[in-house]
Amino acid sequence: MKILVLISHVPDTTARIGFTNDNTAYDTSGVTFIVNPYDEWYALVRALELKEAQGGTVTTITVGGADTDATIRKALAIGADDAVRVDARPNDSYAVAFQVAEYAKDKGYDLIMAGKETIDHNGSQVGPMVAELLELPFVSLATKLDVSGTTATAERDVKGDVEVVEASLPLVVSCAKGMAEQRIPNMRGIMAARTKPLTVLPAVSSEPLTETVRFELPPPKQAVKMIPADDAGKLIELLHTEAKVI
Amino acid sequence: MSVIVLADTRGAKVAKAALETVTYGRKVAEQAGGTVTLVTFGDAPTDRLAGLGVAKVIVARSASDADTQQLTRLVVDVAGKENAGTIIFTHDATGKAVAPRVAARLKAGQVAGAITLPDTDGGFKVKRNVFSGKAQAWVEVKSPVKVISVLPNSIPVEEGSGTATVEEYSGDLGAARITVKEVRKAGEGVPLPEAERVVSAGRGLKGPENWGMIEELAKELNATTACSRPVADMHWRPHHEHVGQTGVAIRPNLYIAIGISGAIQHLAGVNGSKVICVINSDPEAPFFKAADYGIVGDAFIVVPKLIEAARKFNSER
Repeated sequence: MKILVLISHVPDTTARIGFTNDNTAYDTSGVTFIVNPYDEWYALVRALELKEAQGGTVTTITVGGADTDATIRKALAIGADDAVRVDARPNDSYAVAFQVAEYAKDKGYDLIMAGKETIDHNGSQVGPMVAELLELPFVSLATKLDVSGTTATAERDVKGDVEVVEASLPLVVSCAKGMAEQRIPNMRGIMAARTKPLTVLPAVSSEPLTETVRFELPPPKQAVKMIPADDAGKLIELLHTEAKVI
Repeated sequence: MSVIVLADTRGAKVAKAALETVTYGRKVAEQAGGTVTLVTFGDAPTDRLAGLGVAKVIVARSASDADTQQLTRLVVDVAGKENAGTIIFTHDATGKAVAPRVAARLKAGQVAGAITLPDTDGGFKVKRNVFSGKAQAWVEVKSPVKVISVLPNSIPVEEGSGTATVEEYSGDLGAARITVKEVRKAGEGVPLPEAERVVSAGRGLKGPENWGMIEELAKELNATTACSRPVADMHWRPHHEHVGQTGVAIRPNLYIAIGISGAIQHLAGVNGSKVICVINSDPEAPFFKAADYGIVGDAFIVVPKLIEAARKFNSER
């Protein structure tokens, strides 16, 4: 089975969020970048489990500059066989999806897997856009994925219900919590990652369809109102009379 | 230029998120001076939908939410016939999968998870959450056709009036490539992403056997239950209850967190909540900084008091 996993390079979950250039760009100074957790914990690890059970290859693809190489090596250390980086700034979801689709269109991947969203832009857009550009079926928000022969079975959360769906490969899947458990790369994996192939490809030209013109930070929260534990029931009253939410 | 709204309106009771999306669509149509066509599928109750203040309702009875290619063909076909300027979705399981497909097919820019109406003063800009709600961004759409998916609980529902024409879609959507084998109902209650009130608990509860009082408080407040990541990882509670950066992101009117310290990753999933109440035995718990109301105390003493107060409140209304 040939699997392609989309890997995004994002600020660490605890990174400070601030902006520069008149609030038009994310301030990366002092920020550690990581593999997008949904891409890593759920998509990549499940792809590796499927490969280990059934044979095949796991390739990762990232759209980004050379600054993303350390993040890509981390995905290789976890166990991907090889990696592709399309050398372009990932400024617009369509532009990213277009680069991935242009790369994947003649490679014959059985499965293309991505996290359900990135933790920086939170768009949930690239996976389904790739599916549309390649005219493939797409299973969103999968919490479980199994493959038997050329048939994939997935479970997905829809409005709290669990929907069990079936589709023939090739298929694009976005992965959510439940899909797999996090893997910590071991020393052997980290050493092996140094020599695994990371191919850098030039971007195919495309026009961005959107532009992020300005960032804003939410207004600061008002000070918390403390209620003594002895008088805890007072909270219910305040939620009604003051906060007006019950 | 008309406005197309695709909403999941299955079931006898139309979901609040769908009504919000229709409201958003009507407001965009008012801005642009056009009419709204509501596109829907499955067993959607067309009589009810016809009274929502839209001009037309088109329903594809055979389409399912699982096959996003069929829904994409449906929306693209209707958008072409109606000369759509803006196509609007709910940013839910269906919209997250179909809106990007439609955008890619039409080469239209998409704003995913919009929290405001478009600002059309010199361009077309819409605000959305980024960095898991820790910041917001104004995104400008540069293509002639605009695609927007609206984040649930972002705008209040305004009931419309009038009588729409109702049409059963008869076009060819192609063969379904994804089939639904089974649907396991989650049981009663409002699913987390749509919940207006959420009662959530963490490791401070000490064990899964202590969740009875959490469920009881949730029941009294007509709320949905949730949990922190460690609790889901230890299998004290099911994964779908995990709220936070790597679980479900929610934005209810009321979020009550019990025995949750408030790690930054947890806050990222709940910081869109209108009112946050934190109950924790540790006065230094970081969650208090993000809270509107706080109680320092033992959950096993505080929660029964809250249940009692909620019960009294309910009986007096």
